[in-house]
Amino acid sequence: MSESSILPNGWQLVVGLEVHVELATKTKMFSASANRFGDEPNTNIDPVTLGLPGALPVLNKHAIELAMRIGLALNCKIQPCTFHRKNYFYPDLPKAYQITQYDHPLNVDGYLMLPGDVRIGIERAHLEEDTGKSTHFGGSSGRIHGSDYSLLDYNRAGVPLVEIVSRPDIRTSEQARQYVAELRAILLAVGASDAKMEEGSMRCDVNVSVHKPGTPFGTRCEIKNVNSIRSVGRAIDYEARRQVDLIEGGGVVRQETRHWDDASGRTETLRTKEDADDYRYFLEPDLVPLAPEQSWIDRVRLALPPLPAARREMLAELCGVDKNGESAIVVVERGQDDYVRDVVANGGDPRRSIVYVQQAFAELGPKPKVPAKDLAALTILERDAKVTSTQAKTLLTDLIEAGGGDVAAMATKRGFEALDTSALEAMVDAAIAAEPGAWKKYCDGEEKALGALVGAIMKASKGKADGKAVTALLQKKAKA
Amino acid sequence: MTEKISQETVIKVSRLARLSLSPEQAEKMTAQLAGMLEHFRDIDALDLAGVEPMTQPYPIKNVLREDVEVESLNREEVLGQAPAAESGRFRVPPTIGFDV
Amino acid sequence: MKKLVEIVAAVGGGSLTATSVLEEHLDRIKAREGEIHAFNLVTAEQARTDAAKIDADIKAGKSAGPLAGVPIALKDNMCTRGIETTCSSKILQGWKPPYDATVVGKLRAAGAVVVGKTNLDEFAMGSSTENSAFGPTKNPLDVSRVPGGSSGGSAAAVSAGFAAASLGSDTGGSIRQPAALCGVVGVKPTYGTVSRYGLVAFASSLDQIGPFTQDVRDAATLLEVIAGHDPLDSTSIPQPAASLVSVLDHGVKGMRIGRVTDLPEGCEPDVLARLEAAFDAMRDAGATIVDVKLPSLQYCLTAYYLIAPAEASSNLARYDGVRYGNRVDAPDLNAMYAATRESGFGEEVKRRIMLGTYALSAGYFDAYYGKALKVRRLIADDFASAYAKVDAILTPTSPSVAFKFGSKTDNPLAMYLCDVFTIPTNLAGHPAMSVPFGLGADSMPVGIQVLATTLGEQSMFKVAAELERAS
Repeated sequence: MSESSILPNGWQLVVGLEVHVELATKTKMFSASANRFGDEPNTNIDPVTLGLPGALPVLNKHAIELAMRIGLALNCKIQPCTFHRKNYFYPDLPKAYQITQYDHPLNVDGYLMLPGDVRIGIERAHLEEDTGKSTHFGGSSGRIHGSDYSLLDYNRAGVPLVEIVSRPDIRTSEQARQYVAELRAILLAVGASDAKMEEGSMRCDVNVSVHKPGTPFGTRCEIKNVNSIRSVGRAIDYEARRQVDLIEGGGVVRQETRHWDDASGRTETLRTKEDADDYRYFLEPDLVPLAPEQSWIDRVRLALPPLPAARREMLAELCGVDKNGESAIVVVERGQDDYVRDVVANGGDPRRSIVYVQQAFAELGPKPKVPAKDLAALTILERDAKVTSTQAKTLLTDLIEAGGGDVAAMATKRGFEALDTSALEAMVDAAIAAEPGAWKKYCDGEEKALGALVGAIMKASKGKADGKAVTALLQKKAKA
Repeated sequence: MTEKISQETVIKVSRLARLSLSPEQAEKMTAQLAGMLEHFRDIDALDLAGVEPMTQPYPIKNVLREDVEVESLNREEVLGQAPAAESGRFRVPPTIGFDV
Repeated sequence: MKKLVEIVAAVGGGSLTATSVLEEHLDRIKAREGEIHAFNLVTAEQARTDAAKIDADIKAGKSAGPLAGVPIALKDNMCTRGIETTCSSKILQGWKPPYDATVVGKLRAAGAVVVGKTNLDEFAMGSSTENSAFGPTKNPLDVSRVPGGSSGGSAAAVSAGFAAASLGSDTGGSIRQPAALCGVVGVKPTYGTVSRYGLVAFASSLDQIGPFTQDVRDAATLLEVIAGHDPLDSTSIPQPAASLVSVLDHGVKGMRIGRVTDLPEGCEPDVLARLEAAFDAMRDAGATIVDVKLPSLQYCLTAYYLIAPAEASSNLARYDGVRYGNRVDAPDLNAMYAATRESGFGEEVKRRIMLGTYALSAGYFDAYYGKALKVRRLIADDFASAYAKVDAILTPTSPSVAFKFGSKTDNPLAMYLCDVFTIPTNLAGHPAMSVPFGLGADSMPVGIQVLATTLGEQSMFKVAAELERAS
């Protein structure tokens, strides 16, 4: 649990998140120019993207399908929907209105489960279009205020977005982090987005307020520019403290939009409610309603891959680990759960299989080159105490470097021959004899004394003894 | 319907529409809009309860296109039509007074 | 002056060249354009190149298109690649679109020769072309009078013989009213019949492109070419273009034609007299005249002047001096926006942007825009009841014949009343067309408007053809 969940004097944190996700389509939301990150400025533009006079929008079918995948994965109801114009002037908005969904969004009333069966409500997940990109030049800071001029690139304008709006169900910054991480895992699993926070294809706005339980929610502030999962937690912690300090100092929280500065670790006022624009929403007359047929919804639902939570649960059960533990989370996030299952199917020790993959396969992607049977063989060598855990780690590195191979042969080559049980026992007996004081203390229940005994044995074995096996043997002898 | 439109409202609306009106223009505009809005009060007499708003002259739904890319417009041709451009991008004066 | 169908037959049949037809029209432009100002731009050189190409193709034995060699003028709010498209606004002056409107592509593919871009009320907002930033168009029949608007240039171009046909756009009567005032045929098709892709938007849910021609047959021929589904326009009706020329000789025997008994007041007696003559002619041709009531008609003006400006305020927000068009420089962004839009838009455009912004803004939406949409429904319902009883309806197109310059410029509301008979069909999305039917006051032409229900173009054209035979 992070600090913020223990706000002073009984204050309770309330958080809701608005997450914008760029969809992994080939083309834009309403036109056929490319949706591609990193291209030369203004090379993915067409009349619709630039808002040229006379250009008209037409919905991208694949964007709708990806949005439905997100909705279904978040347990939303998919409903007939419409598109509105949100009118405001800004150079990155070519038509001076954004086409978005307003009172009838595509996906409504869903939820996302966090570890520990915490249910976070999803109010809606609606479709809209992204803006272009402004870059500010000149001036002292390179920041927007005080710059001399700005340059506009419209490659991103019109890229399909889904905005996922949670209910204010989040109560700690840790939950907020878990929510973003879980959402990201889901988006990746269903193939809706590459969800790269560092490239901006997944962006979080965080609504933070504080109140005393049993009283109405406090005034909320919206924090923008939160560009990593870590920042989500830090920004919330900072903002919650700021609000509590403000209220306890006799002040009042104003409804405003604040900017998270990752370098200073602070939020700053961006604009207050008073200068809020009047967006003059009205139904977009250039588009017609969208009402996905039930057969289409069913097809999308049937084609959905297993979601991360289910995959973690399956994997955890197979490997005998905690479904909310790090190994299950990490392996599923990397998409290596199929591989781990393959290792176990090849006779691998289940727990060792998942731990090896978690610890050593970070860079190897969902389909590691190392044949599953080779990794399985290594887990068995260790389980059967043919090699020590330290030796197993070395062999694992060798195996990855070689891209597979006969691990038994590799062990021999390295000169890793685990001591047989009788040799080990002899060493243990020798150590007991050599350190009678320590042994006595250990037998009397002083756990600290164990270290000296194990250390002596490891030294005598020149590292060939397995620490765990030695400890087990000492325990057995002490109880005898 | 509503109270008569004030000059203050007219100025607020002109800001929303990014039209700068001189005091004289604002006064004239207020008088003209007030005249029109007065005329438009004729629909206040109608009973519109239960009437579904009509937003679409011809009922069509689910108009979709396949996710197939077409070639981009030529950047130089497009930037050639821009009031100001630099380094392959459109150039605008700095933002003061409000922010994204 | 040659009719469109005559040109197609002669050029396709080899008895005339597209080039000679073009030169004949360019000669007339040369003679009278200085006086009329129908065009913002005459594209003579491009037209000569295009005509020569058509002639070469026909000589080479390639099949001639359905509009082979027809000189056509385009309202200057339709995008033409590389050719200035201004909407008669300073804010777009000099803008060369990087793409063609769908209708422009269809015209070219059919062998038409574009002779120029015609004048209009700025962004199609007006009924006289007096709101053009580049000066008004004069009525070729009497240059002291307006040609109507907003497509005044397109109407004048056909009336003066500058082009065999032209295209206009109609949001509240902008094709039919100038057609009536200039003595030509003008058609507003069913909303969704002709693609709006590349038509610079005024009010998206009302705008529709349509033809101006010398007669009904030409109009049917041209409309068959430009109509049809366009995947680039989401509101385009997914149906092929209706066959219209084939019904022109069917007559009106047995048809039921509606007379609106509660027509809004304010129509001049000379015009009403022609309407009565039109009913007589229809009765003589074997149609039955049936009285219909359209009680919501009186609220059309209000609904229209809330809905159209609301959509326009949003559609015209993109003219911000950033990506295209003209900019007035200023030290910061907001000052640049305001200076650009202040100097780039004319009075009427600003008035409508203000009205529309107000009607959509927080606190007023329900009272104005929201209510107007409900009134729109009432109007559509009234028409639906009427069309249960009749196949078509006749009304005047305009309350008066062409009026003198300056007579309505001081009173926006008086100008808005010019559209009182044309607006209802835009709100309902129905087709309507104006057919010249004799003369009214000062020997100026009177147009009779033929209305029909959604996709009722065949009925409409049957009646229009009969009217034309009787005129």
